[in-house]
Amino acid sequence: MATKNPIEDPMIDPRTGEYAVIAPGHNFKSVTQKIAGIVLTTNTPLGWFFGLMVGGGVATGVVIGCTWLFLKGVGIWGVTIPGAWGFAIINFVWWIGIGHAGTLISAILLLFKQTWRNSINRFAEAMTIFAVVCAGTFPLIHVGRPWLAYWLFPYPNTMNVWPQFRSPLAWDVFAVSTYATISIVFWYVGMVPDFGTMRDRAQLPFAKYMYGLLSLGWRGSTRHWIRYESASLLLAGLSTPLVLSVHTVISFDFAVAALAGWHTTIFPPYFVAGAVYSGFAMVLTLAIPIRKFYHLEDMVTLRHLDNMAKVMLATGGIVAYGYGMEVFMSWYSASHWEFFMMWNRMFGPMGWAYWILILTNIAIPLTSLWSRKLRVNVTYLFILSIVVNTGMWFERFVIVVTSLYRDYLPSSWGTYRATKWDYMIYVGTMGLFTCLFFLFVRFLPMIPMSEVRMMLPQTKVSRSGSNAETAIEETI
Amino acid sequence: MPPREGTYGLLAEFNTPSELVHATEQARHVGYRRMECYTPYPVEEAAEALDFHTTRVPLLCLLGGLMGLTTAFLMETWINVWAYPLNIAGRPLFSWPAFIIPAYEWTILFAGLSAAFGMIALNGLPQLYHPVFNAPNFRNGATTDKFFLCLEAADPKFSLTETRAFLETFPAVSVVEVEH
Repeated sequence: MATKNPIEDPMIDPRTGEYAVIAPGHNFKSVTQKIAGIVLTTNTPLGWFFGLMVGGGVATGVVIGCTWLFLKGVGIWGVTIPGAWGFAIINFVWWIGIGHAGTLISAILLLFKQTWRNSINRFAEAMTIFAVVCAGTFPLIHVGRPWLAYWLFPYPNTMNVWPQFRSPLAWDVFAVSTYATISIVFWYVGMVPDFGTMRDRAQLPFAKYMYGLLSLGWRGSTRHWIRYESASLLLAGLSTPLVLSVHTVISFDFAVAALAGWHTTIFPPYFVAGAVYSGFAMVLTLAIPIRKFYHLEDMVTLRHLDNMAKVMLATGGIVAYGYGMEVFMSWYSASHWEFFMMWNRMFGPMGWAYWILILTNIAIPLTSLWSRKLRVNVTYLFILSIVVNTGMWFERFVIVVTSLYRDYLPSSWGTYRATKWDYMIYVGTMGLFTCLFFLFVRFLPMIPMSEVRMMLPQTKVSRSGSNAETAIEETI
Repeated sequence: MPPREGTYGLLAEFNTPSELVHATEQARHVGYRRMECYTPYPVEEAAEALDFHTTRVPLLCLLGGLMGLTTAFLMETWINVWAYPLNIAGRPLFSWPAFIIPAYEWTILFAGLSAAFGMIALNGLPQLYHPVFNAPNFRNGATTDKFFLCLEAADPKFSLTETRAFLETFPAVSVVEVEH
């Protein structure tokens, strides 16, 4: 068994034995300059323009696809009876799931005092919001008459028509809209002190003005900080049950229906674990190129990547248990329909999708992530993160399609085939996501400066001494 | 309302949080009350030195959550039982277990919004102008790497010369007078 010598690890403080989150040699000023500099430089890297252009080019798929959809109706998609739910719902669940890791990092890890999350929480939260934007597109456009999508909300109207609250689809509206709102508020509140820093460091008058407005006049007053910390903790405490409930509610969309393959009680926990699994994969997909491109290896360290890979290993294990239980229950329930559904899922005409799912979601990640060597191998993690998100997309595909296309009556069996419009809108949302993310890294501080400052050794306060050095000496 | 002209206070700049906390404790010890610390990240020890412990943010959050819960549950009951009753496979109109889910979401929504906007309101933000921004060294320090203690002129013990002399007994980088 490989043992590591903690003394030789440069990230461990030899005096206190604590694991430093930020690489040594940084102070308050250097972290601020580093992070704010990425945004405040007038020198936009060419690669940024290139990335934005590629993202924007792909995002036109959403514009073109949706325009044609609004002109012709949902008939241009592959949805039909019996496969009445297709790409729209698959992509919706996939994107929402990706968003969940952002909330997990910003909320649950904050409550567990996992300070390492401070360097990655801002862009994980941004990822959540952009993923929710992409996810929200699909329910809006698949309602058939998207200009009437506001009918989903309870509002007084002259038709005297109201939503029906026993339907999981009405729950969805509440869950997803709450999730989007709270995520944006949490993200913004987290950025207010950093906007203050940006306001004070910006050179351009316009930037000074805009960051000044966004900072609400933040001046770092201690009384403000205490209320701010209290509100942050409360928002974290509220986001935790929220994030668990959102994917639970989404799984109810399936679990409440009386259809073999959907009607199972394991769906809520297994959906939530899958969401976190795919979300952490997406954080890795984003964090690995960004830390390289902007030279942020000191703040998003290998330990961060290692920890994220461990979370993926754990949640991937829960997902694997979910798959196993589905198979077991289809036999143990002694239900003819359940058994047929599982047989059809594995060996029917669309069995290939199930085996891709097993390969990419279970076989590859859950065998390799046990090795620390691979967990800190940046290239491997990047490829793996894409493999896992492919697998998670296939999971939703398998759940939605293979349960629907061969139900109880063989006379009503059919098949499902996505059209080019399905693919165009789906790929387009990836472009939209990329675009939003590129705008975010250029105009907003992508690492929370105030929280990174809190992780530096200089923050230690000594009660009697007068400077930080004596403080550290006293604690030994 | 304190007068909006003349001196707002004396602002001492420190390089480390320990120096700031020490100076704040001493200022409180000798009897100053109207004072505030400005730091680039939350320094809990400074809040202790200022004797500022409780905030009303959690209370607002609780009230918001309860409001969201009742609003959503009553709305659902009114809609599905009285305003627009629908018979769905013979299930009772008052299907309270199903109503819990949107009510749960609105509890979180209202509580979260109350916590965030309550914090902003209690802090008196947005407040784009504040006298401390007039200090020449404040802007490049308080949001980056410097620690400030401001003894305000509204304090009865405040005197321009004596307070300055008091602040200069600490290893402050500078002590500047802040105008309104």
